[in-house]
Amino acid sequence: MVQCLEREGVEYIFGLSGGAAMPIFDALVDSKIRLILTRHEQGATHMADGYARATGRPGVVLVTSGPGATNTVTGLLTALMDSVPVIVICGQVIAPNLGTDAFQEADVTGITYPVVKHSYLVKNAPDIPQIVREAFYLATTGRPGPVVIDVPKDLSQGPCEAPFTDEVDLPGYKIPLRGDPAAIEEAAGYLMKSRRPVLYVGHGAVISGAGKAIMSLAEKLRAPIVNTLLGKGATDETHPLHLGMLGMHGTAYANKAVTDCDLILAIGARWDDRVTGKVETFCSDAVKIHVDIDPAEFNKVIHPDVCIEGDARLVVEDLIPQVDVLDTAEWLERCNKWRKQYPLKYPKQGGLRAQHVLDRLNAITRGEAIVVADVGQHQMWAAQFCKTRANRHWLTTGGAGTMGYGFPAAIGAKFGQPDKKVWAVVGDGGFQMTQAELATAQVHDLAVKCLVVNNNYLGMVRQWQELFFNNRLSGVDLEGNPDFVKLARAYGLKALRIRRPADIDRILTEAHEYDEGPVLVVAEVVKGDNVFPMIPGGASIADMLIEPPKGKLEKPVGSA
Amino acid sequence: MEALPITQPAHTISLFVNNKPGVLSRVAMTFARRAFNIESLVVSPAVEGRYSRMTIAASGSVETLEQVVKQLAKLVDVVHAIDHTGEDAHETEIALVKLECALDQRTQILQIAEHYKAKVVDYGTDSLILQVYGGSEKIDAFIGLLRPFGITELVRSGKLLMARGRQIT
Ligand SMILES: Cc1ncc(C[n+]2csc(CCOP(=O)(O)OP(=O)(O)O)c2C)c(N)n1
Repeated sequence: MVQCLEREGVEYIFGLSGGAAMPIFDALVDSKIRLILTRHEQGATHMADGYARATGRPGVVLVTSGPGATNTVTGLLTALMDSVPVIVICGQVIAPNLGTDAFQEADVTGITYPVVKHSYLVKNAPDIPQIVREAFYLATTGRPGPVVIDVPKDLSQGPCEAPFTDEVDLPGYKIPLRGDPAAIEEAAGYLMKSRRPVLYVGHGAVISGAGKAIMSLAEKLRAPIVNTLLGKGATDETHPLHLGMLGMHGTAYANKAVTDCDLILAIGARWDDRVTGKVETFCSDAVKIHVDIDPAEFNKVIHPDVCIEGDARLVVEDLIPQVDVLDTAEWLERCNKWRKQYPLKYPKQGGLRAQHVLDRLNAITRGEAIVVADVGQHQMWAAQFCKTRANRHWLTTGGAGTMGYGFPAAIGAKFGQPDKKVWAVVGDGGFQMTQAELATAQVHDLAVKCLVVNNNYLGMVRQWQELFFNNRLSGVDLEGNPDFVKLARAYGLKALRIRRPADIDRILTEAHEYDEGPVLVVAEVVKGDNVFPMIPGGASIADMLIEPPKGKLEKPVGSA
Repeated sequence: MEALPITQPAHTISLFVNNKPGVLSRVAMTFARRAFNIESLVVSPAVEGRYSRMTIAASGSVETLEQVVKQLAKLVDVVHAIDHTGEDAHETEIALVKLECALDQRTQILQIAEHYKAKVVDYGTDSLILQVYGGSEKIDAFIGLLRPFGITELVRSGKLLMARGRQIT
């Protein structure tokens, strides 16, 4: 097993041991693969996920049976929803005991069916080389995703004489590459007729490395770009044609452009409900073109005029020679007017604001750091203010919205990209879900940076309660928070605190330049701030709240 | 004839899958997730033993069906998934029907059986088992006619389907 992993080029395994996985942990002692012992299996899975997103290479997890394996389920869901190549290897009870409620037995393949791209239960030791090869192949090709390998202990312990293999035997598995030329031609035809086009860029563009091609297309057409929360980084958000993020908490100008466009070209994006709001009114008059590697995404939410099945980069590259410059001067002028009229803004007085801290973080890192966000208000502010300039420099959990993701994912990203600065941006709520990984960062002297935006609330939920539930706060007060600076120091970390706006630059710079080990920065921000712009769940983009509303709002119809 | 308890449109889908453990669970979960009700499901070995055939009759909305078929096709162990709804494919089914019947009802029951080319496969003193082949509608009709006589048990094979000519099932 371990030799197979070495052949796949695995550098790191993130994991936590236990009885049924002991033979594999034992084999790791003699391997050049580095084992990163985590403090919780969820942390291990998010680390592998962060490693994979930051590098494009699969992240590998090793855990024991039963509770060890079930602790990875949240991480598997997170990776599946965002198409991240993660391989989770689980120890399992010995094969003769399967299905007998043996000690620490869980039906792991059964439990994980809905959260994996594929899974294997090893039945014969000689199958291991083939299974490992296929698992890596499946995880990393096509639309990537997590794969589970469940290995009974008697099989990982016994001899395996089977030869290594590079062959896969997957007759049902097809990988779309180039798009259908006829569909590309049709799309080009629509593009050439457009006067108000928008390129809508998603995670598929990040995964396939389509950014350069998309930029060339945008420059050739003179078309503005918007990206999804996960599409950040595919193209440079500071480019003059870039309007930033669209969707629920996107920039007003991105959303206005999408509302008024006459053509929207989706590249590796899936019309998520956080993006479209009310589907019936989303770009209802615009021509819609959808490029996706997964045909199951076509006609799921929206019925596009053209669907092109293929790899985002290859399709866009094939599209470029078929189009020419468009007459978009007026359109770009309108977009730029919105940009000036509705900038992202925040008050710099009246206490410390998360937006201010993140705006400065963007300036101090010059947009060159890898930023890893958790889930909540801080995530949206980070997405708004940390302009991402390069591919795989913005990592966050989009589809699953898993609190607790950010800090361990940043650890994984730092292992994968040791020469880059890596900043986790987390809320006080989410951080406490996986904060035990402070120890993991500390023992490896890993120079990962963690900014805890502490508003002493489950802020995003509090915002919804304030806006839509008459400010009846229920279960959002994080009374009892520890002093995060003391907590980090107890783990041996360097820890700093920002209390006032005047501290921001000094503290962030000090943390940014500190490279000897992990550092935690706590920003004690005002408690009751809200994220704007905001499109209430299920509402039309036209109903966007650019500023705090004056009156009372209806309860949103869409999911929270 | 009695109305069928189907309110959603019925579909027939055939899957060509790897004969591996777990395939059935993955397929069933794909239906369940989109609230599709599986009416019948037949799994059998294909020509080559490494593959199996699944013929699935299910009901649900047409838009959702398109999505379900794509999601089935996406499963790594599914080689292909084809929706045969509305196609002129050959379809058949077998049903076994057990009736408790008094002697004076037999003649009538046997007449119905003869009309439907059903075979009596068990002849008891106060019960009969009839075996009938044919399209699902024919079997529905047959069962409808027998119902007043008191059907005590009913076992249907589920729909079997094969595309005609050179078309792939
Ligand atoms: C595991 C998990 N549980 C619950 C939620 C629902 N949820 C979404 S945002 C949020 C609040 C997050 O609070 P915090 O981490 O303090 O960040 P803030 O919004 O205050 O910036 C909650 C509870 C979630 N996304 N994930």
